Order: sequence, then structure tokens, then C-alpha cells
Amino acid sequence: MRNCDLAIIGAGPAGMAAAAEAAQQGLSVTLLDEQNRPGGQIYREVDRAGGPRGAILGQEYLHGASLTADLGASGITHLSGAVVWAIEEGFRISFIRDGRGEQLEAARVILATGALERPMPLPGWTLPGVMTAGAAQILLKQSGVLPRRAVLAGCGPLLYLIAAQMVRAGTPPLALVETQTAGSPMAASRHLPGALRGWRYLAKGLKMLAEIKRAGVPRYTGATDIAVAGSTRAEAVTFRSKGQAHRIACDTVLLHHGVVPNTQAARSINVPHVWSEAQQCFVPETGPWGETGKDGVLIAGDGAGISGAMAAEYAGRIAALKAAEELGRITAAERDRLAAPLFSRRSRETAVRPFLDAAYPPYGGALRPADSTIVCRCEEVTAGDIRSFAKLGCLGPNQAKAFGRAGMGPCQGRYCGLTVTALLAEANGQTPDETGYYRIRPPIKPVTLGELAAMEDPSATAAE
Amino acid sequence: MKTDSPFLELAGDAPRVRVWFDGQPLDLPAGANLAAALLAAGVQVFRHTPVSGAPRAPFCMMGACFECLVEVGGRVQQACMLDVEEGMRIARPHEAEADHAEL
Amino acid sequence: MEADYAVIGGGVVGLSVAWGLLRRGKRVTVLDGDDGSFRASRGNFGLVWVQSKGMKQPRYASWSQQSAAAWAGFAAELEDGTGRSVGLQQNGGYDLHFSEETLYATVAQYDALKDKLGGNYPYEVLGRNALSREEPHIGPKVAGAILHHQDGHANPLRLLVSLADDVRRLGGTVLNGKTVTGVSKPDAFKVQCSDGTTVTAAKVVLSAGLGAMELGPKLGFKAPVRPQRGQVLITEKLPKLINRPSLIARQVDEGGIQIGATNEEVGLDDSVTQPGLSGLAAEAIAAYPALARAQLVRSWGALRILSPDGLPIYQESPEMPGAYLVTCHSGITLAAAHALFLPDWLEGTAAAPDLEVFSEDRFPVS
Repeated sequence: MRNCDLAIIGAGPAGMAAAAEAAQQGLSVTLLDEQNRPGGQIYREVDRAGGPRGAILGQEYLHGASLTADLGASGITHLSGAVVWAIEEGFRISFIRDGRGEQLEAARVILATGALERPMPLPGWTLPGVMTAGAAQILLKQSGVLPRRAVLAGCGPLLYLIAAQMVRAGTPPLALVETQTAGSPMAASRHLPGALRGWRYLAKGLKMLAEIKRAGVPRYTGATDIAVAGSTRAEAVTFRSKGQAHRIACDTVLLHHGVVPNTQAARSINVPHVWSEAQQCFVPETGPWGETGKDGVLIAGDGAGISGAMAAEYAGRIAALKAAEELGRITAAERDRLAAPLFSRRSRETAVRPFLDAAYPPYGGALRPADSTIVCRCEEVTAGDIRSFAKLGCLGPNQAKAFGRAGMGPCQGRYCGLTVTALLAEANGQTPDETGYYRIRPPIKPVTLGELAAMEDPSATAAE
Repeated sequence: MKTDSPFLELAGDAPRVRVWFDGQPLDLPAGANLAAALLAAGVQVFRHTPVSGAPRAPFCMMGACFECLVEVGGRVQQACMLDVEEGMRIARPHEAEADHAEL
Repeated sequence: MEADYAVIGGGVVGLSVAWGLLRRGKRVTVLDGDDGSFRASRGNFGLVWVQSKGMKQPRYASWSQQSAAAWAGFAAELEDGTGRSVGLQQNGGYDLHFSEETLYATVAQYDALKDKLGGNYPYEVLGRNALSREEPHIGPKVAGAILHHQDGHANPLRLLVSLADDVRRLGGTVLNGKTVTGVSKPDAFKVQCSDGTTVTAAKVVLSAGLGAMELGPKLGFKAPVRPQRGQVLITEKLPKLINRPSLIARQVDEGGIQIGATNEEVGLDDSVTQPGLSGLAAEAIAAYPALARAQLVRSWGALRILSPDGLPIYQESPEMPGAYLVTCHSGITLAAAHALFLPDWLEGTAAAPDLEVFSEDRFPVS
């Protein structure tokens, strides 16, 4: 079994920055990441994105290379292609690498597992040809692959970013179908004073919108009744906007209405979570350093609540300083001195967040899908099924899971959990906190029985 | 197959290697992400669900949704978490004939 | 009075009893826990099982047999009522052995039990070759199996949802999200909940699983039950691989292979552990080598409800006549008996089954 002071799960901005900071403070660090190269989703394959791909993706993306460069520091063991499937008390982390089960023991754990696209269940969203906007970004970053005839549907800055990148690559989207109404930015304007501290983001947003407009990409706002038409694959997007019904033929539909923390790892070790009204999702309860209700477990980056890549980097360093202090490498005074500038930079980065959350609220049609819409993609459970389970006494998602298999498939509820909680909360007249979330257990990522069996310690099972 | 792909592939410099998907030969960039390379090559249906048989294809590209499951080497794996290797034999999960013989 | 019966516990045991009572025209109110309650009904293995039960107490073997025999009718009636199939298959089941020594030692025990049961214990021994014909994917390490023709399996989760549905359809009241804090009997029974809810009923059935540890003594029962953890695995959905269920693995009707289970004395800790999962995986692969390449999709730790001798407890309270403790470790196997036969015992009819050996008299006064 491997051993280290600090295990970090996830090599995105938070995890990479945490590794660099912790190593600098003298901790032995193991950074586990399931991808073959560091960067996370935001800086995916940044070390290989030279030439035209770099120009399409922009400077902010290329910044990630400064973080991957720091991973060469002594004290950091970066295990790429390491798929973590269990975290147990102790801490004992089980992972699969090159088809072999391995284990790591660590005194502290920083979870830097980032974000997932907010589930966007709408009619036809399971058809081939429908992807998340984030998936399109990954295709571009990692593989230089772009959809030719795509419609982007939903809302939020990522939608504009991918549209602008598609314009730069010479394959502009056929249309932007946006769900925010003219009223959302107005309602958000009370957050403007705060947002102006993050003016760079607002300026960048306006620049992207100008790029999209120059390319002649039609934009529809206040879209409702969005559906993907097609029998065996996506053929068109249909929706209503400003009282008109529309149908746009296309090959690819990219969905996005915000991202939410990827909480699977944290939940699997019983870190308490609470509902965030502002972000309309569950977030782990964390303190300023990323500390959680579970001793020894810290969370940094979007996994602790959505704040973006730069804030994640500062949060990673802050959490690493806390771990270094807890393990006696630095004093509390040193920790505070080193963290002070990081806290102030992080707060500048997150200033724009309340404005964005209010300006681009999640699409209501996907928060409360029609009865016939599939909400659990793996087990093909519909919104109507979930509502019927509420009538049979399901107060929360675990009983609903038992009743109808929602959340039992290989994705383990990643793309239905929030929807199922929302549907049950509404049907039972309860809050999301009262309703709760799926109990997440290992394996948090797939593992074959053969890999599992190969980890067997014969002395441990004799008792059974 | 390639000309029908709904996806455009920016010119890359990786050499192409031969793989088979559902028995059909494809020449994909060596070392590329398998899911991306199959999409670019025009593969539209990666699997059929074991519940209703509905067709599915990559959705998240980040290892979270499990929609891109394919069978490689007798194991059902996420195509978005694999790299293209020469000679790979890729099948839709539990649809390959050899698979039925073994499982 | 609101109800003839208040049933405390809305799992498979409580709902089976409630369903049986409703079917006989009784008014029933079920008090059920919340989403996070320990629920063996969500974590069990789904066997409708006879063999190996009651080796020391033939009445337990025959009670399991009576239930198994009644299961098909029970399942059909539920299906008629709800339109849902509970996936019952009763084509026999195996006790797999990795050595001939353990195989024949078990056979000797079965022979002894068979005598006590008057010969009603239909099993046969399958050697390696015979077993391979029945189960082409069986591994070379398996020496043989005992095939018991009264064994089978069902989909326990669909049984749970079907009961939840049919109890309502039959006019039962189910109150969810309740924590019962006490039961008093000034005249009729008064069941009190933490949220202030009170239910009055002529009789009370305590079928709250591990909840009986705390509530039992308040109603005058010994209720010596304890949790025993069983870790269980389930794989991705696979083409047909296993024909008949065994205690090691079964293929569920949706296609996944369910693998179980550990027996661990760890109190109320329902987590899963890497050593636990690895041990189960190794045993399953030894039985069915093709499983080595199957992906594990889910695992869970369920807390079984165990009495000191592992047998069910059926007991009327000596202090509060009209209150009954119903608890067991095999809620799925015994569901049909609880639904179809236990109401006679609760009602004290001439058809009441003899459950004397399952009373609390067998436990010492604590």
C-alpha cells in the first residue's frame, strides 16, 4: 500500500494548485486523477493544445499550463489514469490504474472533484446527438473535434464561450436557444455592484456576445417548451420564444444551464451537504479553508460550490495550507499569513457569482419536467414515475430508488439526483434539505469483479 | 462513414491506426480519445440500453454519464476514458457474437 | 377507533401483514419511517428460500416451506391488484460447494432434516458434470451443488413497491415519515409519534425491524434482536449467465448479477468495505469465472434483523394483550406466510398456524 501525508483527488485547477502548495510546505502529496493528463475539464489537455487549437480556446485556457508545470515539483506523486472507486476511514483510498487495483493511505484528503453539468431533462435529451455543452468543449480541447450543425440550448456563460469558440473554429452554431428572460438580467442587476469587482468576466462576456453576433448566429431568448425531435437520433430542436413556435433542424444539440458540484466522492464518505438556494443545488458544508464536517477531509474548487477556475486555484492553495498546519508543518500564524492574499484574491474572483446566478437561472422546464420525460437516463425512469412514487409514500430519493430504480444505473444518480430530489420535494411539499439525496456508496467509479477480487487479502475474509 | 459524420475534425498530426467497431474497419488517430474519434468517424450509436434497447451515444465526455459504454477486450468500458490503440476491437456492449459465446 | 390494527413498520414484513389483514376486511393503519431509516427491505438478497433453514428447528423449515408453497398465489394476487410483476421464479436453487467434503456433510444434515419433515424435502445432489449441464458458466473450482426444488427468488424491491401500492388500493392507511415514540393502552391502543400524530387501534403489530430493539421493551416484549451486516454487490446488466439462484449469486430479472453476502457483527454500521467487497467478488468468480470481467455497479451494506437463534419471533405481549411482535430475518421468503397465514394467528381463528416454537419463551429473561 502506498502512503502519503495528503491525498488529492482531481487534477483540475484546485487539485493542481493544492498539490503545488502542499509540496512547498513540505507535505508528501499524491495527486490522483482519472484522466491520462492533468488539467481537469477546464484545462483539459492544455499541455498538448498548441497552434490553432490554442488560439480558438484563448488565453484563459492556456493559463492552465502554468499549473501543470508545477506538478513536477519534488514531493508530488501524480498518478494519472487513477480511477478512485472507494474512500474509507483512515484514510484508505482504493483506485484502479492500468487494470490493477491499488490502495493509498493518507492522513488528509483534499477532494477537488470539480463540477458536473446540471442535469437538463427535456423531451428527447437521451437521443444520440444530444450532448452537454461541456462535452463539446472537451471534444474541442482534447480532440480538436467540433459539431458541424449544432444548436445550443439553455443559458449561462459557458454557452456563449462554446459558441464563440465554434465561431473561431469556422463552424458557428446554427442558433442559440436561450432560456433566460429579459427580466433575469434586470433582476440580477442588484448584484451588479458586487459583479463590477469581477468586471473582467463581464467584459469577456460582452466580447463573446459580440463575436457571436458578428458571425450572424441567431439568438432566441426566453425559450420554453424545449424538446429534441428525432426517432433514433437528434434531428431538430423545437421550442417557443416570444409567443412563436420554432423548429430548427440540426445534427447536434448542446445543452447547458449551469454546472453543479460533483459531490459523489464527498457524499460517499458522509460529508454533510446542504441545499444552496442561490445555486439551486446541494453543496457540501464547508468552512473558509474548505474543511468539512468530516475530520481530515477538505474540499476545494467547484466541488465545494461553483466559483470558477481561478477561485478554485486559490481555494486549492488555501486548503493545502490548512492541511499543512493540521499536520504540524507550519504554524497557525504562518498559515494565516500565507493565506491572507489568497483569501482576498479568491473573494475578488467570486464577486461576479451572485450576478451570474441571478442572470442565468436554471431552465424551469428542466427543473420540473413533464411526466413523460425521462429523468434517470440509465434506468429510463420518467418524471411521472417519480411523482407516482411520491403518491406511494416516498418522502425521499432512497425509497424512490428502491421503488423504481432511478439512480441505480452506472452513472449512480449523477444525472438524475437533483431532478429526483426536486420532483419529490415539490410533490411532498417539502424542502430539498428535508427531501435529501441519494445515499452514495462505493464504487463511486466502475471496477470489475476481477479487479476487486485481486485485492483480496485472504487473512481478512477467513472470518466470513 | 467519415463524410457522413456530423462532426468536423481539425487537422491533427497523429498517425492513423486501424480499429474495428461493430466489425467495420475504421482508421482513427493513434492515442486520440476513443469516444471523440468514433464520433468524428461517423459512429452515431455507441450502445443500446439494456432497459428498452434505445440507442445512446456520448453525452458528457467526462466519465460521468456512462452513455458511451462500449465493449473492448471483453469488458464494458467508457469510450471517453480510453485512448485509441492499433487493432482495437470495439463492440456495442453485449452485442458482439464472441461475447455471447464467452458470457 | 380509527383502525382494527396499527402496524408499526412499513417494510416488507409490516406491509405483508397489513395486506393480509386488509384482504380480510380489517381496517389497518401502517406507520412507516422516513427515507433514511434502516430498511432491510431495501437491501436484502431476494431469495425465496427453503434449504439450509431450520436445521436445528424443523418447524422453521416447514414454516418456510409453507410460505414458499404459497408464494405463487400471493405473487399472482399482487400482480392482479397492481399490474406489477414481482419477478417470482421457483425453479429450484443451489447450495454450491467448493469441496465434496462440505457437500456431503451438508447432505447428511439434509437427510436428517428430511426424516423429521416426513420426507417432504425434495433435493438432489448434482456432481460437477450434472451441474455444468444445468449451469454452463459454472467454474472448475465448484465441486458440486445441492439443488433444492422448493427454492427460488423474486424481485424484492418490486415486492416492496407492489405491497405499498396494494395496501393503499385495499383501503389501508399508510403514514410515512413517522417515528413511533410510545404505545399506551388505556382502553384501546394509542400509538404516539414524535411529530404528535396519534393512532388508535384495537390491536398493534410491531414489525419495525431493528426499531423493535427500542420499542419492543416498551410494549412488554423481550425483543432480543440485533443487527447483522450483509454487504451485497450487483453488477452491470448482463446477458443470461446464471439459470438458478444460489446463496452466492443470482441473476436478477433486470439482468444484473447480485452477489452476497457477508455476515458481520458491526452494530449499526451499514457501510461497505473494500475487504468485504473483494472477498465476495473472489467467491463469485470462483463460482462463475466469467464474472471477472463484469463491472460492479452498486454495493450496499444492509442490516439484517437477527434473533439469538436466527429464527423469527411471533409473540403476543404478556403485558399488553393485543400487541404482537413479528420479526424475522427472511422477510421475503416469509412474505406469503405473513400475508396469508399470520392474520389467522393475530385473529386467533381455528386456522391459526402453530407458532409456539417462535415465541419469546425460548429466550432467557434478561
